[in-house]
Amino acid sequence: MTPAIKFDHVTFQYDSQAEPTLYDINLTITPGEKLLIVGPSGSGKSTLGNLINGLIPHALRGQLTGRVTVAGQDVAASSLAALSRHVGTVLQDPDSQFVGLTTAEDIAFALENDAIAPARMRQQVAHWAATLNLSQQLELSPQALSGGQKQRTAMAGVLIDEGEILLFDEPLAALDPATGKRAIALIDALHRQFNMTVVIIEHRLEDVLTQPVDRVIVMDGGRIQADLTPEALLQSDWLRRVGLRAPLYLEALTAAGIERATITNIADAATVSAPQLKTRLTNWLGAQAPPVARATQAPLLTIQDLTFGYPRGRQLFAHFDLTINRGDMLALVGANGVGKSTLSQLITGFVAPKSGQLRFNGQDLAALSVKERADHIGYIMQDPNQMLSKLQLSDEVALGLTLRHADAATIQAKVAQALQICGLYPFRNWPISALSFGQKKRATIASILTLDPELLILDEPTAGQDWRHYTAMMRFLETLNQQHGITMLLITHDMHLMLEYATRTVVLGSQGLLLDAPPATVLSQPDIIAAASLAETSLYALAQRVGLDPQQFTAAVIANERQAAP
Amino acid sequence: MAKRPPHHDPFNVRTVVAIGIGTAIIFILKRWVSIPTGFPNTNIDTSYGVLGFLSVLYGPIAGFLIGLFGHALNDFTQYGTPWWTWVLTTGLIGGSIGLFWRWFDIESGRFGLKKIISFNLIQLLTNGIGWALLAPTLDILVYSEPANKVYVQGVISAISNTVSTGVIGTILLIAYAASRTQSGSLKREE
Amino acid sequence: MTEQLFGYDDQDTWLHHLGGATKLLAFLGLSLIAMASYDTRFIAAIVVLSLFLFKQAHIAWRQVRLVVKVIVTFSLLNLVTVYLFAPEYGVQLYGSRHLLFGQGYFTLTQEQLFYEANLALKYIVTVPLALIFLITTNPSEFAASLNKLHLSYRVSYAVALALRYIPDIQTAYHQISLAQQARGWELSAKAKLSARFKGALQILLPLIFSSLARIDTISQAMELRRFGRNPRRSWYRDHPFAKADWLTLGGVAVIIGIGLWLFHQNGGRFYNPF
Repeated sequence: MTPAIKFDHVTFQYDSQAEPTLYDINLTITPGEKLLIVGPSGSGKSTLGNLINGLIPHALRGQLTGRVTVAGQDVAASSLAALSRHVGTVLQDPDSQFVGLTTAEDIAFALENDAIAPARMRQQVAHWAATLNLSQQLELSPQALSGGQKQRTAMAGVLIDEGEILLFDEPLAALDPATGKRAIALIDALHRQFNMTVVIIEHRLEDVLTQPVDRVIVMDGGRIQADLTPEALLQSDWLRRVGLRAPLYLEALTAAGIERATITNIADAATVSAPQLKTRLTNWLGAQAPPVARATQAPLLTIQDLTFGYPRGRQLFAHFDLTINRGDMLALVGANGVGKSTLSQLITGFVAPKSGQLRFNGQDLAALSVKERADHIGYIMQDPNQMLSKLQLSDEVALGLTLRHADAATIQAKVAQALQICGLYPFRNWPISALSFGQKKRATIASILTLDPELLILDEPTAGQDWRHYTAMMRFLETLNQQHGITMLLITHDMHLMLEYATRTVVLGSQGLLLDAPPATVLSQPDIIAAASLAETSLYALAQRVGLDPQQFTAAVIANERQAAP
Repeated sequence: MAKRPPHHDPFNVRTVVAIGIGTAIIFILKRWVSIPTGFPNTNIDTSYGVLGFLSVLYGPIAGFLIGLFGHALNDFTQYGTPWWTWVLTTGLIGGSIGLFWRWFDIESGRFGLKKIISFNLIQLLTNGIGWALLAPTLDILVYSEPANKVYVQGVISAISNTVSTGVIGTILLIAYAASRTQSGSLKREE
Repeated sequence: MTEQLFGYDDQDTWLHHLGGATKLLAFLGLSLIAMASYDTRFIAAIVVLSLFLFKQAHIAWRQVRLVVKVIVTFSLLNLVTVYLFAPEYGVQLYGSRHLLFGQGYFTLTQEQLFYEANLALKYIVTVPLALIFLITTNPSEFAASLNKLHLSYRVSYAVALALRYIPDIQTAYHQISLAQQARGWELSAKAKLSARFKGALQILLPLIFSSLARIDTISQAMELRRFGRNPRRSWYRDHPFAKADWLTLGGVAVIIGIGLWLFHQNGGRFYNPF
């Protein structure tokens, strides 16, 4: 049988890079196979994907040696258009892939480019919209769609070509946990229904493995490090070695001292077993010290009787109350569109409430301008590229003080201090464009720290980062919180983040506050999980299976895992 | 003939997207981002700085169409009718600056003093001819407006748009060229 | 947001059913002849016609209130400026002088009033048509219609992309500008010009550079779906020409014909009652 995809001694170096990104890749993927490619950022996994769909070498230039064959065609000798009939690519950023003014047009885009007659086009669009449950959304603009709907539109837009290979580049990056879980299930259904070859590139292993996968490729440093079944991968030491996070239920077993080699049915939390599993987990949990509850400190921000809705929009808050205490590391969670970002914008003064009062340190915020509030409350956007406005790092960090007319000596001292706290001091004279994504994010934080904020609001502080970078960022925020006494409000979809680092979780629902509790409590309440578009963790399922208290078990495993993080 | 690098093709898919996104940016800037000069009713339109920058980056076709569409869309939605003579002038200015894109070769990451001066001479000339001569003359021919009024308006626009292109365009070009340099040349300083 | 910005309102009038290409051609044709002609009777007739069509399109006052206010202000300002610069321009154009009052530089003549009335009409004549176009044309169909008018499909799609991404870029702009305000940027009227430039650049740099990254991703996404490979493309929202489209275009042709015939009758672009 001809392979669906074949890499034969492939080495690739981008024109803009000094070193190759991929070294001597050999890989054969058979038709109908479902393959997962994992690896940390910079491991070369996305480059591998771009060689399958032909973006390399046809749109991204560089030195290619060896031979990539896809659906019997030599990729280098073929064209993007010819390859696109065999390989459908779903990109990471749904807003960039969605080029139509409405869902229907976007699904039809490839057919439009083939100059297919409109009548046939409408028939096909209706068919694929029905398959992907988008029939009600056909006339909507992308701004009116949820992240999951945009991704399904992208899938419909490539499935309409009826190619035999589907390629997903980090399909979970832009989705909340519940939507991500559904997306993985949908990919699996498509795989089985149409017998397609599916390649998924992702670093969130546990989420992808909620559905069966035939084979996993582990990438690191531009090379294929391992090529094995999910079971063999989980039994092995590879995840730790390349800095990827093992599934939480396995961490629990490891914590309890259970040898990997003795674990059977390892790939699924619902079936995983080991000799005396229940007894050993129970004994382990009994030996764990109960978590120390932090003493509640004085209120920092009090929100009272807040009412707000956008003009012509739904009422988001009605008589809403919330108190953020000094020293809190608070995770704000909830489904998309429920008002998480709006709440942070009400606090920073970007929008004004219809009624109600916000008091910071006892002072009424209504009297303060955006700039005055920013002296106490720092706001960090999700995309650092939307915040950075100077060419050079130290100028960027100094900006807030310069605009507040601080004297040169103060500026210099504070900038140096902020850069040191953020680990950016060695780069102070670099152009910002030379920094990595994680460094840029820290640069935005440094530029706010110079103003000595008491409260930091961070919108998805770890979005799109692999475990190593995620851990570095969160440890850094924790240091700010514990050693510099900065209160944190984290807006997030990431359940690991919430479990591991938050001291308190506030769940927003469409009716306002759903729950205000310690993080582990949130994930042991199925109704809250559903309402906030979160997903149950594997720890919860495992605890239930062996008859342990899910909340206590989750808290203990997370506490243990934090010590093991890279 | 050697194959040109993709960013030097005159009308590839990237150019199409650049026209679309560029038009959207110009539209937003014309609507929201102008700098008051201190003289009543005279604002510096930041979109001309960005237009000059995008024209050097994406070439004459993109420059012409971004200017034309951006200005027309803004007039159309804000005033109900495009003031065609000025719309055309904006397009021609983008197109003229864009003619020199291969020479500037901004993707190379080099935008030194010589290129900065050339860029500003080119933009001074195109803005000067465009606003002080072309637009008002077309206004007289097409709309029969009084000559002294349109020439005064033209000269004011020429000055303010030259300032916009000179300051904003130059800074954007320097910033863009800086972002093209490789990090290999940078050293950590402890 | 697209709907808010351009005001497309999906209704069921004959104007909504006309093709985008038809409406665009009609608008361009009428605005060009109204731009060229200085025949008061002719322009006034077009104003009446476009107000009638406006009524037909079932447009509510609140949908257009804001834009009408802007236009009226802008037009008045321009009319005053014309007078300040050239109070005797009408005399020069019409070759006679009926003084109403005033002396020295600032005089008011019947000719000047008549000229400025013509100007006012010209400023507003196409406004109802433009509003009809904005409110009754589906933006999706608009790009398709440009291609139908034999504009290259690449250029047509660039327009579609502009309409697609204007709301996204507008949102990004607002976010960026608020974040920069929080860092201490204030548009104070007292600030020096150089400070104002710095403030604007503080918003422009992040806005432009994040958009440039986006251009690359979008063009890759489009190439992966074969945009630009064929000499022609079809459009999902294609609107075949119907009888109403031909009738409308015929009507516009007749109006343009009348306008041209009046040039001949008046011996030029101006209708001179004096």
